[in-house]
Amino acid sequence: MWDWQLTWQALPTLLEAFGVTLRATAGGMALAITLGLVWAVARRARNKLVARVSWWAVDFIRSTPLLVQIYFLFYVLPNFGVAWPPLTTGIIALGLHYSSYTAEVYRAGIEAVPRGQWEAATALNLGRFHTFRAVILPQAIPPVIPALGNYLVAMFKDTPLLAAITVHEMLQAAKLIGSETFRYLEPLTIVGIIFLVASLVSAQLIRRLEMRLARQ
Amino acid sequence: MPHFLDLLPPLLNGLAITVQLTLGATVVALAASFAAGFARLSGVRIVRAAARLYIDVFRGTSALVQLFWVYFALPFFGINLSAMTAGIVVLGLNIGAYGGEVVRAAIEAVPREQREAAVALNFTRWQTLWRILTPQAILPILPPFGNLWIELLKSTALVSMITLNELVFQAQTLRTSTLRSGEIFFLVLIFYYVLSTGMTQTVRRLEARLSVGREYGGMR
Repeated sequence: MWDWQLTWQALPTLLEAFGVTLRATAGGMALAITLGLVWAVARRARNKLVARVSWWAVDFIRSTPLLVQIYFLFYVLPNFGVAWPPLTTGIIALGLHYSSYTAEVYRAGIEAVPRGQWEAATALNLGRFHTFRAVILPQAIPPVIPALGNYLVAMFKDTPLLAAITVHEMLQAAKLIGSETFRYLEPLTIVGIIFLVASLVSAQLIRRLEMRLARQ
Repeated sequence: MPHFLDLLPPLLNGLAITVQLTLGATVVALAASFAAGFARLSGVRIVRAAARLYIDVFRGTSALVQLFWVYFALPFFGINLSAMTAGIVVLGLNIGAYGGEVVRAAIEAVPREQREAAVALNFTRWQTLWRILTPQAILPILPPFGNLWIELLKSTALVSMITLNELVFQAQTLRTSTLRSGEIFFLVLIFYYVLSTGMTQTVRRLEARLSVGREYGGMR
């Protein structure tokens, strides 16, 4: 039933595609971590319009499917003269989508900073920028790093969606092997196992990080 | 006449399929969540291990890979599911794995005196779980279930990739025939936004109704 010859044939191709999966995850996460912080700070902006628009944007991005956002960027942006390669489009879509989740994580972190810290910053005559940079964020971010890690794993598991716009990641590679050999069982099972192992390992690492942070 | 009206009939057909898929998968997800959550708390070791395995496998792999596996690899074992059935089963089981952990955590968080009182009153293990602990766990379960419900709605878009003619599939078909990608995907985003906002409101209303006359999270 299980074809070992095909397994050994498919494995190098799939592992190579795993590299693309990792690049997409790394790029997407870098964007999500940065943009999420921008959202979190913008939502607290003194300017009511900026705050309102950021609340709504985060809500909208989080309420709509990643796949539709990927298609939107891939098919609609070229109408405006923006033509990125599929992998770039995919990374931007992943980063944008997950920035709506990381924004919530940062928000929780910022809200957990005691009020006195804000008051002290005001008393020391720190400006808005310096209050965030030197007082609030250094206390808000470390406790939420494990939560950010959980979204890193979630994003990793969403990278197969990029197959929809022809990015050659693992699922796309498995589909191609399947259509060439008419056997989907082996390539798809291998992809599933790679995902399972990688997620379980990273979940374990996050748990350890969490315990270390809790001890401090 | 506004330009985009001619796009609506095919998109609304797709929307109807998306709603059916969401409702079907919701039923599966609810059943799976409670079954997995209860099984994780079982006194029987094998039952606990089976629940753990189910939760790890479904949370550890990608929902899209699970869909492809069930739709393309399961036929090798002689099991052929339609795209709709595959979607309902896979998305339901996927979200149910996350829901199982929510149920377990909520039941474990019920104050231990409740458990002790049930023992003192000679309730069986099942009676304690079903009649004492679960009713008190429902309120804390609701908000995370609301979030998972939105995740479920969003994941229905994936079923377009195994050729179910739901909203996103219809959008893709329309795009290849009309090339009006901007209008089409804008409308699709709005549809999902409206649906998920409605679902969030429903959960909030349910939460308000269930918490009438009691403190949040049951008796303390």
